[in-house]
Amino acid sequence: MPARVITITSGKGGVGKTTATANLGVALALLGQRVVTIDADIGLRNLDVVMGLENRIVYDIVNVVEGVCRLRQALVKDKRLAELYLLPAAQTRDKSAVGPEDMVQVCEQMRNDYDFVLIDSPAGIEQGFRNAIAPADEVLIVTTPEVSAVRDADRIIGLIEAKEKGPARLIINRIKPDMVKRGDMLDTSDVMEILAIDLIGIVPEDEAIIISTNKGVPVALDVTGQAGLAFHNIAHRLLGEDVPFMTIKDTSGFLGRFARFVRS
Amino acid sequence: MSFWDKLRGRRIPSSREIAKERLQLVLVHDRTNISPGLLQTLKDELITVISRHIEIDREGVEITFTQGKRYNRLVADIPVLGTRRRKS
Repeated sequence: MPARVITITSGKGGVGKTTATANLGVALALLGQRVVTIDADIGLRNLDVVMGLENRIVYDIVNVVEGVCRLRQALVKDKRLAELYLLPAAQTRDKSAVGPEDMVQVCEQMRNDYDFVLIDSPAGIEQGFRNAIAPADEVLIVTTPEVSAVRDADRIIGLIEAKEKGPARLIINRIKPDMVKRGDMLDTSDVMEILAIDLIGIVPEDEAIIISTNKGVPVALDVTGQAGLAFHNIAHRLLGEDVPFMTIKDTSGFLGRFARFVRS
Repeated sequence: MSFWDKLRGRRIPSSREIAKERLQLVLVHDRTNISPGLLQTLKDELITVISRHIEIDREGVEITFTQGKRYNRLVADIPVLGTRRRKS
């Protein structure tokens, strides 16, 4: 079966697109899928550091498009997983170095050799976004439960519908259960009601994400953490499995109060 | 705010509720590309046109955008003074 090309986008920056791309890549590869992640954020590449592969880059996507190297030469093999690869963005060029047609061509070259091509889109709705979306068969939209992120997600949903990319699916990232409980954060149902698209995953706020980015070791390599588990659930759903949405644990609840009681 | 909350008296809405309400409002404008400014223009012109024919309460006119499942609706609430039953 030819590879499914899935673009991960959001509109707003800093909501977790790159983290989601890296972890879905890892989770799918752990499930035996052959995966390539593409960093489409030319000039501001980061997927390499999140995956911990920054020291192995020789060529990048602009080199491939300009014919400086072959695609195979530019693919960086993951340190830990045999069937996970990264196609890095160029750091010293800008978005205009690659066009939507180039992206389609690069992805076509990978169709027969892999199961999934995950494209990490840059923020915004300009050329970088258009490049990232051009080859997509499916789109995942990442948002956080904040007014600005949800608004931008709505805008992106409109743009994707206009491009007839099929129904986009939503990942709600960085949910803080204690804030939801206090009535100080939009909950999953609020966001779903507002955006009216299918949900593919909810990911709790997890300090392990920052630690994992510090180290260049994606959380999905380990399924014991909440965020790691959330990304694994999304990977299973991408493979068509019906996985119930996790209940996000509130760590400020009984145990937190108990700890405070003990200390006092 | 639910009906029961209202019944119980005034209540300070949570920031979650405020966020949801603000989002819903701003998205109506984003999605339809109708700005609050355009809505005001529509309101002013509607008042002018309707006043030409019937007496209305200009201060009480409300133009709102509401979201339905299939259509967004432009709702004009215009209090008409001319038809009010006068005391003889």
